[in-house]
Amino acid sequence: MELQGFGHLLLSGAWITIQLAICSLFVGLLFGILGASAKLSSSKIAQAIGNGYTLFVRGMPELLLVLTIYFGSSAVLMAIASIFGYDEYIELSPFIAGVIALSIAFGAYATEVFRGAIQEIPKGQREAAMALGMTRFQTFRRITLPQVWRIALPGLGNLFLVLLKDTALVSVIGLNELMRQTSVAVGNTKEPFTFYFAAAMVYLFMTSISMAGLYFLERYANRGYHGARA
Amino acid sequence: MSWEWDVIIEHFPRLLQGAWLTLELVLLSGFAGLMLAIPLALMRVSHRPWLKAIPFGYIFFFRGTPLLIQIFLVYYGASQFEIIKNSALWPILREPYWCAIITFAMHTAAYIAEILRGAIQSIPKGEIEAARALGMSYPLMLRRIILPRAFGIMMPAYGNEVILMLKGSALASTITLLDLTGMARTIIARTYTPLEVFLAAGVIYLIISALIIFLFRYLEKRFNRHQHWPNEKPKDLDPQH
Repeated sequence: MELQGFGHLLLSGAWITIQLAICSLFVGLLFGILGASAKLSSSKIAQAIGNGYTLFVRGMPELLLVLTIYFGSSAVLMAIASIFGYDEYIELSPFIAGVIALSIAFGAYATEVFRGAIQEIPKGQREAAMALGMTRFQTFRRITLPQVWRIALPGLGNLFLVLLKDTALVSVIGLNELMRQTSVAVGNTKEPFTFYFAAAMVYLFMTSISMAGLYFLERYANRGYHGARA
Repeated sequence: MSWEWDVIIEHFPRLLQGAWLTLELVLLSGFAGLMLAIPLALMRVSHRPWLKAIPFGYIFFFRGTPLLIQIFLVYYGASQFEIIKNSALWPILREPYWCAIITFAMHTAAYIAEILRGAIQSIPKGEIEAARALGMSYPLMLRRIILPRAFGIMMPAYGNEVILMLKGSALASTITLLDLTGMARTIIARTYTPLEVFLAAGVIYLIISALIIFLFRYLEKRFNRHQHWPNEKPKDLDPQH
């Protein structure tokens, strides 16, 4: 495939894509844990917030979410800033808006994965921890969370693959990631098929690497369970 | 910051127009995708390695790359080749509407094929052996036993896939189509009220996905009605009457 010297442009875009995906993954995991805690909490208000979050975000296209965060955030931020007497125009950078939108979307699905995983852990373990005098937070951090990872890993892995592909949507708001750099190359060379296909191969490579990484992570997480479970 | 209800009310009919195009895209591509997924899934469960390899490559490509790239590959990519431009396909591939439907159908087919494969493989072996023992040919067995059973098993997962496709259909707005998202974007370009209009569009998406969920609950019941047999006993089969 002849890339006419635009290969480095695609690679620089791929690097931004990776950064975007990793940042959104960590923030999204945080949203997921918070969402699951809210859904499993005994407080009715927290439950309602958790349910509303997953219902609304999972029913809304990711593209619409990206657009809403990017174009809608200025109005909200400026309203907040004007309280403090700052009246200039404020805009989120596309990268920050992308991380927020993608992690909100990831978090909504991760909430369900974490909720299922937390419920899978026998109640007796939590009761035992309580009986030993651990606080609720200590129980969560020492007993529940380490075991949740193992159960949640396959689900989270699938969500990460979805996230990796969704990073392409952030090109719509002008972040110079792989998809947008490819469009720049297409604009210069007038060879859309060649370049979009090359970009597709880069995405395919990234998803393949992630899949291999997930396979090893899962094997590592299940190292204590070989033989016990067929 | 002020919340402008007037803008939502004034432009609501146009949003509904966009929602109609969204529905059209999802239904047409969903149906075409299902038709495409059946041969893919059947090839995937075949025992011949070379026959398995074709759907494997197809599914690997369509599930491993973003939908946005796929839609650009079809819409912009096709114009790179003079052969396509001079062929009878060009009037179709020139239209963003058909490009969106073709891409969505091929994309969703890859996912449906995997779901269908899982469903076919989870049909109890005895049912297929029984069909064979009755002397059914492969096409007859497919039509009477395998596919109806597989559809019943896959319904919940297929419903999820249709909702994912509904959300994916928002990408049609990137190739100039005025679907729900595209309509919202054009309204905002004129009114500068992004929060109001995008959230209104989001609520419409939510309502459409709720409708899809209900439709699939009904379809699931219908395809699996043999499992609710005691409640729906066929009357004329009882010899005692």
